[in-house]
Amino acid sequence: MQVTYIQAINQAMHEEMARDENVLILGEDVGILGGAFKATEGLLEKFGSERVVDTPIAESLIVGAGVGLAIQGMRAICEMQFIDFISCGFDQIVNMAATLRYRHGGQASCPIVVRGPCGAGVHGGIYHSQNPEAWFFHIPGLKIVAPATAYDAKGLLKAAIRDDDPVIYLEHKFLYRRIKEEIPEGEFIVPIGKAALRKEGRDMTVITYGSPVHAVMKAAKDMASEVDIEVIDLRTLLPLDWKTIRTSVTKTGKALIVHEARRNGGIGGEIAARIAEELFDFLDGPILRVASRDTHNAFATPLEEYIIPNQERITEAIRKLASY
Amino acid sequence: MAATSPSRVSASDTAGIDVTGAEALDWFKKMSLIRRFEERAEEAYGQGKIGGFLHLYIGEEAVAVGAMAALRPDDDVITHYRDHGYVLARGVEPKRVMAELYGKATGLSKGKGGSMHMADVKRHVWGGYAIVGGHIPLATGLALANQYRKLPHVVACFFGEGATNIGTFFAGLNLAAVWKLALVAIVENNRYGMGTAFERVSAVSDVYKKACAFDIPAEQIDGNDVLAVRDAVHRMVERSRAGGGPQLIEAMTYRFRGHSMGDPQRYRTKEEVEEAKARDPIVRWRRTVLTSGLAAKTDLEKIRDEVEAEVEEAVRFAENSPAPDPSELCSDVLVSE
Repeated sequence: MQVTYIQAINQAMHEEMARDENVLILGEDVGILGGAFKATEGLLEKFGSERVVDTPIAESLIVGAGVGLAIQGMRAICEMQFIDFISCGFDQIVNMAATLRYRHGGQASCPIVVRGPCGAGVHGGIYHSQNPEAWFFHIPGLKIVAPATAYDAKGLLKAAIRDDDPVIYLEHKFLYRRIKEEIPEGEFIVPIGKAALRKEGRDMTVITYGSPVHAVMKAAKDMASEVDIEVIDLRTLLPLDWKTIRTSVTKTGKALIVHEARRNGGIGGEIAARIAEELFDFLDGPILRVASRDTHNAFATPLEEYIIPNQERITEAIRKLASY
Repeated sequence: MAATSPSRVSASDTAGIDVTGAEALDWFKKMSLIRRFEERAEEAYGQGKIGGFLHLYIGEEAVAVGAMAALRPDDDVITHYRDHGYVLARGVEPKRVMAELYGKATGLSKGKGGSMHMADVKRHVWGGYAIVGGHIPLATGLALANQYRKLPHVVACFFGEGATNIGTFFAGLNLAAVWKLALVAIVENNRYGMGTAFERVSAVSDVYKKACAFDIPAEQIDGNDVLAVRDAVHRMVERSRAGGGPQLIEAMTYRFRGHSMGDPQRYRTKEEVEEAKARDPIVRWRRTVLTSGLAAKTDLEKIRDEVEAEVEEAVRFAENSPAPDPSELCSDVLVSE
């Protein structure tokens, strides 16, 4: 069955809500409208307004009520209409959800999924283009996933809904309808915490996730005659699949990290530091990063294209690293 | 009272004394327990045996005890951070609460939560929250779960007046009203947000009036009258349980101690504190119990001795308990560890 990335997300919610009556979804326009991007299309008709709950645009409530549901043993999917709005629910995620189990000495758990469209490339401007993973990467008690394919979008969302801990699920809006792939008809899960080795190679490791996975794969193919690249798609950002990174970088001796989130304080910095600390003896070159430039997400097309990592910057970084 | 118009109910409206002798003694015991427990916690803090921040409930005991008396054991409770009184009034063993204050492995949350985050899930106590107002959306979620599962449980959400100028207060109560949830917001108005008098920072300084934003019933009551609290909470909780939607109670009270330990209290006068102490909820209830013949003086003296023994036992237990093992540091972070 050929499905788009957003159809895969929709299917995951349909299947999980049918499987478990404890699963509810809360968010603005998730019901009658079927979601601003149609991610929740058909859920209201199938599961009713008791389970597909339209809320005002009050993210602290969408997340906080999700936490209240979760500690009673339900499983809440909390939709942020755009992931940028997650800042309004920040306190509920980092102070309420993430600490809940620890604070209670293990007496309760908090199975919520906070999901929403992230990322640039659609001229959304300041408040409709951000990648907030680094805000949450710092917080123990959370998990963060960021699928790059329709298969992973479905499998990771199903895993996130079944997970007993709070999961932030970042769906890249640029991919919603731009990618389409064959996925299995039956039930499948993509486990949280496991990266995918998208391509094997000998010369360098490129570690990436989300939308840039596609540009990196294109580069790997286009530059095949120059350099043999190994591509790791992290899929889960927290907890990081360090084992896969370590195995690959130990083999290739070179690491490039590519993400669309800003470079300064981004997840790439943490990965680079860990490689430097633990794999220094294996390195044959500097650890490089390609990321969004350290400014705001601009609206105008040429500005946005200048900010986010494009094919040219990725190619350039690969060539630079290959020269060592 | 019109169902949707906020109103004021004074203690004198509580016509007659509708309480049994056993209840009267139980409330006296619980209020005395909270008081004595916190006096001993205060001493231990002074001796450096309890660290961090300690917010005492002394002076406000009638709110927790009156409210818990009106709730059923399977009603859900979620509170703000000045929370020792709620768990003790709910029947949690004092020694486990004291051990948590001491940061010991035997504490309610294994020493990981401390004073401000007391939770006892099996008693439906979902925790104290030290981000002011942060737990109000959780209360909405707890009540939504009960509604979805068709459970007859009411959520009692306690917070201070200081939380009523925060967005989560409006977001949480708004949807509780839209969804007609079984939730009672019990606002303890002790008049100060730390050192800031409420009327200095709140456009409306009678909290009960804010309920009109949600078109829900609200009452302002004397929070130092344990019977008035029990009656008002009972009335509100049962109305909410019967499908009346969320309700709000503003319990007027006063904290005798500073905001936390080491508060110089420059924001209020000694006279004001002394005047408030004349309305001490425990002294008042003792007087009521004796003058109405609900119990004899010897009964109350016996209770005082029992409380003293129980608190001393709690202190001994906390002092003799082991500190948490460092290996505990990274457990309970995730379920899937």
